[in-house]
Amino acid sequence: MKSDRGDIELAGVCKSFDGATYVVDGVNLKIADGAYCCFIGPSGCGKTTILRMIAGHEDPTAGEIVIGGQNVVGLAPVQRRTAMMFQSYALFPHLTVRENIAFALRVRGMSKADRLRAADAMIEKVRLTQFADRLPAQLSGGQQQRVALARAAITEPRVLLLDEPLSALDEQLRVQMRQELRRMQQELGITFIHVTHTQLEAIALADLVVVMEQGKIKQAGAARDVYAHPHDRYVAEFMGGQNVLSGRVEKVNGASFTLAQAAPDGIEVPLQAHSTVSVGDKVDIAVRRDDVALVRPGKDLPPGCTTSLPSRVRAIEYQGYFVKVMLDTVPDDEFVAYVPEKTFFADPFTVGDVVMATWATGSALPLA
Amino acid sequence: MQPSSSPAQTPPRANLAGWLYVLPLVLVLVPFFVAPILVVLAASFFATDGFGGLTPGFTLASYVEVLHSALTLKLYLATIKFTVLTWIFTLIIGFFVAYFLVFHVRNQLLAIGLFLLCTVPFWTSNIIRMISWIPLLGKEGLINQALLAMGVIRQPLEVLLFSDLAVVIAYVHQLTIFMIVPIFNSMARIDKKLIEAAIDAGASRFDIMRLIVVPMSKSGIALGTIFVVSIVMGDFFVVKVMSGGGSASVVSAFYEDVGVLQYPTAAASAVLLTLVLVAIVSLILRTVDIRQEITR
Repeated sequence: MKSDRGDIELAGVCKSFDGATYVVDGVNLKIADGAYCCFIGPSGCGKTTILRMIAGHEDPTAGEIVIGGQNVVGLAPVQRRTAMMFQSYALFPHLTVRENIAFALRVRGMSKADRLRAADAMIEKVRLTQFADRLPAQLSGGQQQRVALARAAITEPRVLLLDEPLSALDEQLRVQMRQELRRMQQELGITFIHVTHTQLEAIALADLVVVMEQGKIKQAGAARDVYAHPHDRYVAEFMGGQNVLSGRVEKVNGASFTLAQAAPDGIEVPLQAHSTVSVGDKVDIAVRRDDVALVRPGKDLPPGCTTSLPSRVRAIEYQGYFVKVMLDTVPDDEFVAYVPEKTFFADPFTVGDVVMATWATGSALPLA
Repeated sequence: MQPSSSPAQTPPRANLAGWLYVLPLVLVLVPFFVAPILVVLAASFFATDGFGGLTPGFTLASYVEVLHSALTLKLYLATIKFTVLTWIFTLIIGFFVAYFLVFHVRNQLLAIGLFLLCTVPFWTSNIIRMISWIPLLGKEGLINQALLAMGVIRQPLEVLLFSDLAVVIAYVHQLTIFMIVPIFNSMARIDKKLIEAAIDAGASRFDIMRLIVVPMSKSGIALGTIFVVSIVMGDFFVVKVMSGGGSASVVSAFYEDVGVLQYPTAAASAVLLTLVLVAIVSLILRTVDIRQEITR
């Protein structure tokens, strides 16, 4: 019996092209049916290879890929009932929009009238009716993207795989098409797996964000978990929005510990449940950039703040609703405060000013 | 839509640069192509004294003679037969060789190596290549000896050499490369992702070839066809040598005319053949917009 469920399980999936180095190295992951999952990581981290293995365009060297309860390793894409939307779309340049979309039905032997009717319905869904007879080269990037999406969706796959679907578009269109992808996913009600290297894209779209590095999964979870509670320095730095500080544990006192730093009293960090640190350990901590408040020296710290790091303002970038203030708090590392626009302009700093960077003690997050 | 460019919009300097680019080609084509054609065209309208002397003038006598001759039709039919047969075989062989090189040889270095291998026959002259067929196809040749030894035949096959078959074999051997090169070129430009996208959609190997590879190699096929057709129709040497004088072609016939100093009839035949070729080529260009396909 064929399952219509599009839940995916990767079990110990490995891939090596040369037999020596592993592009994908022991990946275990469960993706729920109908989820929007984003794989994110720098280029070469193996995210596209995972996608291609799920699609059936690449065989894993080891491990199992289970879709809807069935191990699909070795099956053709059609048998897996997956469809892939390729990076830069791979539309057939000699076929019109309608023929492109009807292609999969044509090779499945559907009659001409039936397949054109199905294609036209799909064309309407992606709002391309007036372009149905054009060739791909006569369409804009956003329109081509919609054709690619429609072409992949027409076979009613249970999993749709998207390889960097938005990378060929300009910024504005990207945001617009992002919403369209989400809308299509909800409308079709199937599993989407989306590969990207843009953090914003991943957290805006995904139910499940999977951060990868060098063939391994670093963290997988809901967008908010991954962004606000990164496991380690890599995830924190890759997802952005965090300042990462490191230092040695100076003393441990019950629910918190103190990290030795340039600051007069060190940095107080709350202890997470189940985690133990001992004096002398080297620990990374993350502090969200929008949690950092800047206070002029000598003034009182806001309530809840026990740590203050003296810093000099290195650069200031106006970002609209907030101002990005770059500080020299930590040698060799970036330390940035996102100050709300109104707060900043109530008492603006200039480059070279000395400020105290502080944050509510509870918001510092120790990393693995 | 082609953007229309009127001279008024192009700055004169760009115009001059454009002319400079085409100048070398013009310098070659005008004296060595345009001028001879004009001479032939003029000669086709001249009268002759039958001993090589030409009287400048304007007469259609040569054309009337050529068109009225029953031989002309026979010659054209013979030539077209060779052309079509050669075209079919070179197309099939050329297409699959190019397909193999582009889609099945993963290693690019190997593909280039094999590609160069296809040109090996061209490292020697045409005459040598045709002479080389004799020990293979001849009455005492390798094929006949092998077949005799195996007992497949009792008498050596006469049809192998100095026959129409031999003519076609020689043409195919000589011209397949002219199919391979342009088809290879247009196939190599097919994005491999398209093949993958077709597989993803559920296309079989045959579907991919029929719906993706063949339509996207159209320009290469058309170019190769033009090469092969125009070379075969303009050739007399292969026909003469490989048929052992038993067959003739349009060109070999007016080559004979030249030999017996019948310049105006030869010229008229040449003009006629040129017109036929121009018609065929423009028919091919009409079916395939090579210009658009190449700049795509």
